[in-house]
Amino acid sequence: MSELSERTIDRSNMQVSDEVAIQINQMNKWYGQFHVLRDIDLTVQRGERIVIAGPSGSGKSTLIRCINRLEEHQQGQIIVDGTELTSDLKNIDKIRSEVGMCFQHFNLFPHLTILENCTLAPIWVRNTPKKEAEEIAMHFLEKVKIPEQANKYPGMLSGGQQQRVAIARSLCMKPRIMLFDEPTSALDPEMIKEVLDTMIELAEEGMTMLCVTHEMGFAREVANRVIFMDAGQIVEQNEPEEFFNNPQSERTKLFLSQILGH
Amino acid sequence: MSDKISFVRTEMLEQKAPPASTTGFVGWARANLFNGIGNSVLTLLSIYCVYYVLSGLIPWLVSPTWKAESLTQCREMIAAAGKHGHLACWGVVRERFIQLLFGFYPPEGYWRVILALVIVGAGLAPVLFDKAPRKLLIVTALFPFIVPFLLWGGLIWPYVGVLLGFVVGYFVLKYAADALGDLLALIAGVVSAFVWWIFLSGPIMGAIGSVLPIGLEFVESRSFGGLMLALTIGLTAILGSLPLGIVLALGRQSDLLIVKALCVGFIEFIRGVPLITLLFVASTLLNIFLPPSMEFDIIVRVIIMVTLFSAAYMAEVVRGGLAALPKGQYEAADALGLDYWKAQRLIIMPQALKISIPGIVSTFIGVFKDTTLVSVIGLLDPLGLSNAIRADQAWNGIVWELYGLIGVLFFVFCFSMSRYSMYLERKLQTGHK
Repeated sequence: MSELSERTIDRSNMQVSDEVAIQINQMNKWYGQFHVLRDIDLTVQRGERIVIAGPSGSGKSTLIRCINRLEEHQQGQIIVDGTELTSDLKNIDKIRSEVGMCFQHFNLFPHLTILENCTLAPIWVRNTPKKEAEEIAMHFLEKVKIPEQANKYPGMLSGGQQQRVAIARSLCMKPRIMLFDEPTSALDPEMIKEVLDTMIELAEEGMTMLCVTHEMGFAREVANRVIFMDAGQIVEQNEPEEFFNNPQSERTKLFLSQILGH
Repeated sequence: MSDKISFVRTEMLEQKAPPASTTGFVGWARANLFNGIGNSVLTLLSIYCVYYVLSGLIPWLVSPTWKAESLTQCREMIAAAGKHGHLACWGVVRERFIQLLFGFYPPEGYWRVILALVIVGAGLAPVLFDKAPRKLLIVTALFPFIVPFLLWGGLIWPYVGVLLGFVVGYFVLKYAADALGDLLALIAGVVSAFVWWIFLSGPIMGAIGSVLPIGLEFVESRSFGGLMLALTIGLTAILGSLPLGIVLALGRQSDLLIVKALCVGFIEFIRGVPLITLLFVASTLLNIFLPPSMEFDIIVRVIIMVTLFSAAYMAEVVRGGLAALPKGQYEAADALGLDYWKAQRLIIMPQALKISIPGIVSTFIGVFKDTTLVSVIGLLDPLGLSNAIRADQAWNGIVWELYGLIGVLFFVFCFSMSRYSMYLERKLQTGHK
């Protein structure tokens, strides 16, 4: 949390609009017999920065993975940018190319250079000419402050650098929504900061973001809404200020005392 | 106590050279050959073993029998040279070497075989090596049609007909893709290619052939033999089994139940049957089952069987590579919006194949060596020829020279493949593990 205090956050572009980016209605999901997501209702407006917190196994990763159909929901509705997620492959591909995602373990493609990692999807999904795709890629690599690594392979970079490349790779598809699945959980403390800084910059530009993270400092400073999940349900959601200072449910209080207590 | 615990380094240490006794040849020998008494004894013992083998082998190899016409002459020459003991009889190699390479292929056509080999080399170069000129890819696309024409000969038109089938299929696929979607276009492409091959190619190419009889003298499959036969079967099976194996491996992992069942059934059936059985099926049973009009060339039948056999093994090797890929790679490809085929082609296969290089090359080497099994069904590969040569009265009793030579011929190819795979692994190495 102290890492973030060095930097004042520019909030001028962080505006929540009335436009709905993601609409989830009564969504349920099971893994076999296990009811992993229960009656999820969630509306995300464009420009929102939502942090989803909760104990492990509470379904928070599964929730955001449902939004770009890495996991399939069995009941209810998920509408992303006006397109409903059904088994129709065209809709899935459309949504996936507009929703960027960063993973806990980065999932860069180890056989491609950093630049190739970033240009692959624009070239093959968006049919962008190679030269243009490379210019876009370099633009975003500069933004995440590692243009000099463009011709290296992912295996030669540190974890924090790899995660920043992963963010740049998603941004190259010009997504309107970014999903982060525990982006800093696999990183050393020193590297967490550089990734969080990149995410803050993204937020400052008005990106709609859903982050599953344990970085409560980030939640406090950047998020406009914190969602607490447990046992596959949304237990509590509120503005960060209220959420941290005045949690309502016992479960939330217990969770906060455990994670903020030391 | 505290003054003993606290320590502050004021100057950082410079890098020093390692001790002389651990570097250079001396250091290497100490570390690897004479590292303790036990290892020193083993080293000396090994040196003695190598000396013992070579001291027996080299005199055997150095034998003045190059000009001999028969085994009896060999013995006379050895006695005349005043040497004793068992020495090699090289006359058989001088006399039969060409036959071991070409079998009974007509000598005036040897240039065709050699040219075919050169074309195969040129066609494979851009696939195998980055530095080869990209223009050779045209040869890569055409050699599957040119090489059979060179080897078997006859009119050029049937080969052109086969080539045109692929062209027809490609254009149907390309122009139908927008209207029908990928899968239907693929089916349409395949169907139209087969329609061309079965119904149109024969009459059209026959008509052209009667007007323009361009071609080479026809060579029967029965004349194929020696290393050339082994290479024909081995290389075709190798080149065919990799793509077929990849398709089977993907099919085995597919969510589509019928596709999966077909692939599993095929792989398990073929792997569960010895290659010799399949070769017997190719050589005898197929003739019984197929109508006489469908009868096709014995070498083609053998090639198909060997290809299917190695494809089943290849499928499992590739599946191993697929299984070794972290799930995150699939998810990252999905999350970026790549569809199944693009993800396979750009993300999954390049990595899975890289992981399976050692297994793939082992399978290749195995296939190439298994081609010697065709001698069992009467084809004259080098091993089959060696039996024929040893049945010749002049060379009755020759063993080591022939089998040694065949061994060397096979070793050259297998060892090259092995070295190439190591080169490829080094080249594809990216970053730290």
